[in-house]
Amino acid sequence: MEIFNIVIAGVGGQGVLMASKVLAESALASGMDVKQNEVHGMAQRGGSVISFVRIGDQVFSPVVMPGSADILISFEPLEALRYVHYLKPGGKLVYNKATINPSTVASGLATYPKDVEEQIARACGNSHGIDALAVAQKAGNAKAVNMVMVGSVMKSLPLDAQIIEGVVRELSKDKGVEVNLKALAGGAAA
Amino acid sequence: MKKIISGNEAIALSFGDSGGVFASGYPGTPSTEVLEEVARLGQVYCEWAPNEKVGLESAIGASVAGGRSLATMKHVGVNVAADALMTLTYTGVNAGLILMVADDPGMHSSQNEQDSRNYARFAKVPMLDPSDSQEAYDFTRIAFEISEQFDTPTMLRTTTRISHAKGRVEQREQIVAKVGAWEKNVPKYVMLPNFGKLKHVEVEARLLKLQAYAETSPLNRVEMADTELGILTSGISYQHVKEAFPNASVLKLGMVHPLPEKMIREFAGKVQRFMVVEEMDAIFEEQIRAMGIRVDIGKDKISYCGEVSADIVRAAAGGAAAVAGLAPVENLPQRPPTFCPGCAHRGLFSILAKLKTFVSGDIGCYTLGALPPMSAMHCVVCMGASISAAHGMAKVNAIAGRTEKPVAVIGDSTFFHSGITGLLSMVYNGGNALVIIMDNRTTGMTGGQENPGSGSVLQGDPTKQVDIVALVKVLGVENVVEIDTYNLAATEAAIKKGLETPGPYVLVDRNPCVLRYRVKQPTVSVDPEKCTGCRACLKAACVALGLTASGDKPKVAVDPNICNGCGVCTQLCKFDAMTKG
Repeated sequence: MEIFNIVIAGVGGQGVLMASKVLAESALASGMDVKQNEVHGMAQRGGSVISFVRIGDQVFSPVVMPGSADILISFEPLEALRYVHYLKPGGKLVYNKATINPSTVASGLATYPKDVEEQIARACGNSHGIDALAVAQKAGNAKAVNMVMVGSVMKSLPLDAQIIEGVVRELSKDKGVEVNLKALAGGAAA
Repeated sequence: MKKIISGNEAIALSFGDSGGVFASGYPGTPSTEVLEEVARLGQVYCEWAPNEKVGLESAIGASVAGGRSLATMKHVGVNVAADALMTLTYTGVNAGLILMVADDPGMHSSQNEQDSRNYARFAKVPMLDPSDSQEAYDFTRIAFEISEQFDTPTMLRTTTRISHAKGRVEQREQIVAKVGAWEKNVPKYVMLPNFGKLKHVEVEARLLKLQAYAETSPLNRVEMADTELGILTSGISYQHVKEAFPNASVLKLGMVHPLPEKMIREFAGKVQRFMVVEEMDAIFEEQIRAMGIRVDIGKDKISYCGEVSADIVRAAAGGAAAVAGLAPVENLPQRPPTFCPGCAHRGLFSILAKLKTFVSGDIGCYTLGALPPMSAMHCVVCMGASISAAHGMAKVNAIAGRTEKPVAVIGDSTFFHSGITGLLSMVYNGGNALVIIMDNRTTGMTGGQENPGSGSVLQGDPTKQVDIVALVKVLGVENVVEIDTYNLAATEAAIKKGLETPGPYVLVDRNPCVLRYRVKQPTVSVDPEKCTGCRACLKAACVALGLTASGDKPKVAVDPNICNGCGVCTQLCKFDAMTKG
């Protein structure tokens, strides 16, 4: 198969890395080659985070080039705008509508774009916003936003939903299994 | 069965599978996860050293005592360990020894972009450069074999995209760890000039033998295909080359020092255009040109700065441009890393910004105090430099007749790493700076590793906890005061007193890292009747704060999902509008 490029964006602490791990492990369980890459360190301290998952018969580089992503999953609207140029023409964007202020906005140095959703619609003709925070809270934990986001794109990935569910079950700690599976299902329905 | 793991995890796994006995190192992005994974796997003994020099020296001792050993560090860590390395190359090893170094092209989390391949040439030691997780696993084993076969330390070099990228790895058969003899051998291990002179001759002969090995080793391979373009490359750049030109001929180097001259000459002779793709320095290209081999495309087309990518390789060789994707959106508010909600550094830097003192900073989370709106750190060089640089500033200030006393800010782990000697010098040389030690009992920026002040070792087991106040006193500092940076007024008073009192003065904050120790207090609430929208609290630069609805004077709101309840913002409020808990 052609290489399928996934970009996951968000804010440090939102669980971008866990979502990437779920998709990468699912690809491995499906017998495909996969490379996954993100940047650690400074980026974790509330900064902008970007992670790549590349799936195919043989994957070389772990890096997705701008203009080549099949799908962009953004856990925050501003971050969707920041990385929209990673999408190839016709690429799909799914984003969480719940906003998080960057430190530049929180300290009054910049303003959060009020028309962020309109800007997203203008920048990408194939975008879909969901209220992942509300779905996660309904599933039992606000921190399950990452699983809601994975659920929301499951149908658009070259991966079997049952395999993804199995991986989530395996990677979740005891108490988290139920919440994460609910979040995954909630995301799929959103 | 294949697993999907990072390059760092692969090195750790292979270390255990390849008969490793002892590992040491100091945390540093992107190398940190190697030792964490060795500890998690639990097969082999491992430990955090207070700095990279101590880590490498301990690995040397382990090798001399007959155990295969590993020292891990980031690129700048090799500068600290270089004193040991430059003579270790003379003594050689007993059991195999690997110095694993992780470079950070693109400076994702580093203060410079140095290329560790320079160290392999400088120290005249072999260096392996894996290009994915499987090679990271395989090369770790081969690095031990080379080390023992040629009586040399082997450098195993990664870059951020190797250390942190995950790919499929197949485990090999386990080699049972064996500890060899611990023998006295003065001419081998005691580098007095007489012995060192003989050893230098051996090092030069060893390099020639390694060069012969490089010519035939499977570490280096030729993938002959279309001969119009032939590309010599290594490490992560190999993957970018394969993405950009899947049909080109490639000479892939797994061993990047010493170079296989014959192999390169033969390859270059078979292709019409010979291209060299390497991140950062022109290490290959300069050597290849010195061999008298032409390089058609190299550093003239690929920058010395930053990472290489498939697009960069394509453009450098005149390939067709990739299809343009969606247009980027410009002028978005930046989202730089920042202090976590509840972090004890926030209170400190609010005050330092207010007092407008010159702050000599150091390497750690607190370096973020240099960013706006705090902008309260004015000089950061390397681990431990805050104190020694502040000392130098104070001496020149005295000569110039300036009365302002410099402030040094340093964290606990960095103080243990190389801040202690700076403070010793300040006391010894009659210095005059205020030193603030932010002891949050973890190595924060790298993700919360244990250190000699945390009370636990790498595996989490309890150990002796160094008493920083007692340590500072015993160095000869007479004024050592504990502070609580969550109390802004008291901290400001303590800093002012420290600035007014002549001589070395040390303040120690002992509030734990909220992230590492999961500290959470009831969140702050805002009374919209009292809030005037003056924005004084926003100077805390906390992402839990934000302005509500538009209008002339929007008011402040606290996001309860993000607020950690530290209360620093409530103390910045002049109208009593914010309440903790």
